[in-house]
Amino acid sequence: MSTWIDIAALDDIPLRGARMIKTALGCVAIFRTAGDEVYALDNACPHKGGPLAEGIVHGRAVTCPLHNWVISLETGKVQGADEGQVATYAARVENGRILLDRSFLRARAAA
Amino acid sequence: MKQKLVVIGAGMASGRVLEHLVDQNPDAYDITLFNAEPRGNYNRIMLSPVLSGEKAYADIVTHDDDWYAAHNITCRFGEHVTQIDREAKQVVGQNGAVAYDKLLIATGSAPFIIPVQGKDLPGVITYRDLDDTNAMIAASERGGKAVVIGGGLLGLEAAAGLAERGMDVTVLHLMGHLMERQLDESAGFLLRRDLQKKGVKVICRASTAAILGEAHVEGVMLEDNTGLEADLVVMAVGIRPETRLANDAGLEVARGIEVNAQLQTSDPDIFAVGECVEFDGTLFGLVAPLYDQAKVVAHGLLGQDDAFVVKELSTKLKVTGCDLFSAGDFADGEGREDIVFRDPGRGVYRRLVIEDDILIGAVMYGDTSDSNWFFGLIRDKTDIAEMRDTLIFGPAYQGGTPLDPLAAVAALPRDAEICGCNGICKGQIEDAIAGGAIDLGAVRAVTKASASCGTCTGLVEQVLAVSLGEDFVLPTAQPICGCTSMTHEDVRRMIKSQKLTSMAAVWQECGWTTSCGCHICRPALNFYLLADWPLEYQDDPQSRFVNERKHANIQKDGTFSVVPRMWGGITTPDELRAIADAAEKYAVPTVKVTGGQRIDLLGVRGEDLPGIWADLNAAGMVSGHAYSKGLRTVKTCVGTDHCRFGTQDSTGLGIKLEKELWGSWTPHKLKLAVSGCPRNCAEATCKDIGVVCVDSGYQIGIGGAAGMDVKETELLVQVATEAEVIDVIKAVTQAYRENAKYLDRIYKWMNKVGLDWIKARVVDDLTERAALVDRFELSQSIYRKDPWADHVKRKAETYRPLANLSLEAAE
Ligand code: SRM
Ligand SMILES: Cc1cc2nc3c(=O)[nH]c(=O)nc-3n(C[C@H](O)[C@H](O)[C@H](O)COP(=O)(O)OP(=O)(O)OC[C@H]3O[C@@H](n4cnc5c(N)ncnc54)[C@H](O)[C@@H]3O)c2cc1C
Ligand code: SF4
Ligand code: FES
Repeated sequence: MSTWIDIAALDDIPLRGARMIKTALGCVAIFRTAGDEVYALDNACPHKGGPLAEGIVHGRAVTCPLHNWVISLETGKVQGADEGQVATYAARVENGRILLDRSFLRARAAA
Repeated sequence: MKQKLVVIGAGMASGRVLEHLVDQNPDAYDITLFNAEPRGNYNRIMLSPVLSGEKAYADIVTHDDDWYAAHNITCRFGEHVTQIDREAKQVVGQNGAVAYDKLLIATGSAPFIIPVQGKDLPGVITYRDLDDTNAMIAASERGGKAVVIGGGLLGLEAAAGLAERGMDVTVLHLMGHLMERQLDESAGFLLRRDLQKKGVKVICRASTAAILGEAHVEGVMLEDNTGLEADLVVMAVGIRPETRLANDAGLEVARGIEVNAQLQTSDPDIFAVGECVEFDGTLFGLVAPLYDQAKVVAHGLLGQDDAFVVKELSTKLKVTGCDLFSAGDFADGEGREDIVFRDPGRGVYRRLVIEDDILIGAVMYGDTSDSNWFFGLIRDKTDIAEMRDTLIFGPAYQGGTPLDPLAAVAALPRDAEICGCNGICKGQIEDAIAGGAIDLGAVRAVTKASASCGTCTGLVEQVLAVSLGEDFVLPTAQPICGCTSMTHEDVRRMIKSQKLTSMAAVWQECGWTTSCGCHICRPALNFYLLADWPLEYQDDPQSRFVNERKHANIQKDGTFSVVPRMWGGITTPDELRAIADAAEKYAVPTVKVTGGQRIDLLGVRGEDLPGIWADLNAAGMVSGHAYSKGLRTVKTCVGTDHCRFGTQDSTGLGIKLEKELWGSWTPHKLKLAVSGCPRNCAEATCKDIGVVCVDSGYQIGIGGAAGMDVKETELLVQVATEAEVIDVIKAVTQAYRENAKYLDRIYKWMNKVGLDWIKARVVDDLTERAALVDRFELSQSIYRKDPWADHVKRKAETYRPLANLSLEAAE
């Protein structure tokens, strides 16, 4: 059974923006696209750990602020010629609130 | 004996249920119909044409008194139902109770009223029924100003109708673009433009703080303290399912009355239909699904099997001249392909979103003639692989040969107009080419075609290609990025000549092939727009690189550096103390003196930024913009104050310049220096703009740099007074802001336009110099502000984590 944790209001994240949340095992970045979808990814770029929550969000991708790698918000995969992947976690919006599947805390513990 | 059916609400949904019932079995039920409105069912969605005057109420009545009489329906119109008594199986109306065997709740929804001061003043109305419509018509007859709160479907139809009736209408919309649920930004932009052509003003990102007035509404106050006069306020911010009766009766209610696929509530004898229901988490606000529900309810009441399923929906707006259509899911993403077609000339925008060879979403503006066809493809999940290349052109192009743009241009007659701005026809361009103009530049020089707004550049090139065949080599000008074929220069020209004041406007008018740009074009566009339209355009932090968004330089470990301004390199013991205190308080690992004559606090944690800024602000310091494509430092030497060689007050002039220029955004970083004599201790001759003081005045040089390229400044002019130095520097900075390509420093820009071109504007032509200074000042009236103080006040919260789950257990 999945249980959802209420994180914050959708409007706490700007459109085409991101914020990060702290967990016992590191930070997770929550992204909001122009179409009001939310995605949760580890806040560390597969290249050199750049903080993805500080990147520019375009379409369903984010460009890492340190060296411009482009990462898919849906799969966590690095786009284009570069290679790598970050972990993604189930997230959704309900009644203007952002919800994360509690299992992401465990997934992080296992990682 | 006949069963008794009671229906609460005579609206669009129950109207359809009754039609099905009496069609299929007129004798099944003895029907009583309540309606709070003092009339029977009419076509609610046609209230907008009634408001605008295109139709009269009589035209939109769907069931008149004769119809109800003919079908033996007992009508209790103008009577509110106040209670459902499930024990006694009766419904209580204002004029008495009536028993039921089956009950149908069809109470629709109620407009949502934002809970602000003044919401109950006379003159504040919602838009739901005929009475509201008549109230608006009556108000419009008195003329004056109307403010419509809400830029969704209803609000815009109200606004257009009121404008049609001669009112001066302003729409306030909370979000960044109109109808944001149904439209993407590009279509939202076109819609806004068309509404403005109809005289409807639109203010986006407008949050209503209060409605003002004594005995009647007089105005609206926004959160940002803008005040608007209003004789009428229409609130159209959304609807809430009308569930009060169901709630009181103890039925299961979430946001709407919960029903199963047979539209039965938690009490099997009670059905609910229309906007008041919630099915499987979904609410309804358009009639198409309600009609499906109505059929299922009728079947249920007659004991036949049926089940309601949620289908794709499409939206149109009933405002003449604003043709839009949207359906499905049009967010973009991986695995999804976007096909975008824009015809800037006709104001047409079409966007299709495809996933796994299936069309899943469509947004159209300007030409919606094929919308039904596209909607069919979405609904039926048709495989579109075969027609992908021509899909965007609609059904007419399917099955034929794909369109070759060159063939189309070749087929144009000689008198076909190519350049709208200058009225140049294809024949004139062909003649110019025959006369030896064999590239775009030459054609532009000879005919002026594509020399104004530049939208027809592609067409002119195609004429060249058709005329010259193999001899024509397409120019290698670099487009900004993969989203467009236009160069930075073309786009800047468009932004100015076509008065494009928003990103969505640029995407549309310059034919962007993506829906909303990328990390390369967005920062450039953001700069161009704010530089050219300081008042109209609002800076978009989301289109900025993190350093400029957070006003601090990001470090390799994700921490930030903080550099306060030290005007002209001068500081005081108090400032130094405050910096030292801040460094200790926030455990700053490195404190360094920079090459720009100031102090850098390196390694500050993102969350501490607002705190450290507030402390530095308290000591009178502001952001040094060490992160910006904007004014960085003005380095100075000690000048006449202390130096035995000093000829002028270089320190004082440097401080003045920094105070005038700080906060301005420029295409790339902008560094200045003022040296007190030609010994040049402040290294003024390798700065973007450098001043070297001499006995007779001030030598201003531009185009220096000491980064990847080392460049010496070239002399722009020598002037006699400090005031002239300041004016010339403001003028040259503004010329640079208005004309350079994003990420070109002054020396690169100067290489392109030439020092003489710059001199002609800021040295020789004093009128132009003054105009440039004025425009610079105008921009500074907005941007010469400390971003740190602003973020401490408005955005401190956003620097903290959104949530801290460190103590949250995994299970
Ligand atoms: C802090 C400082 C070095 C120092 O410790 O002295 C510095 C630090 C950086 N410089 Fe610089 N530059 C600093 C003075 C200079 C100077 C000297 C000067 O201004 O007199 C130069 C050469 C002069 C010039 O600009 O022409 C200089 C030429 C550059 C360049 C090359 C620019 C070019 O056009 O080639 C870059 C790269 C860029 O901007 O694209 C750069 C970029 C950077 C960045 C912002 C790199 C980055 O994007 O992260 C560094 C930020 C470090 C950090 O994390 O905070 N820095 N940089 C100096 C800050 C001055 C200040 O107070 O604002
Ligand atoms: C101006 C306007 C334009 C629209 N344009 C479109 C459009 O273009 N396309 C589209 O698909 N949809 C449009 N809609 C939405 C559409 O009209 C609604 O989805 C539809 O009317 C809902 O039908 P309903 O039967 O659920 O509710 P309604 O039609 O609202 O009927 C509910 C009825 O119940 C009555 N009632 C409520 N409570 C009680 C009570 N306690 N006792 C007695 N009676 C009660 C109300 O008075 C009302 O008459 C528009 C709506 C408006 C207002
Ligand atoms: S620039 Fe000239 S006057 Fe100024 S400090 Fe250097 S030597 Fe002295
Ligand atoms: S750390 Fe993200 S691109 Fe280098």
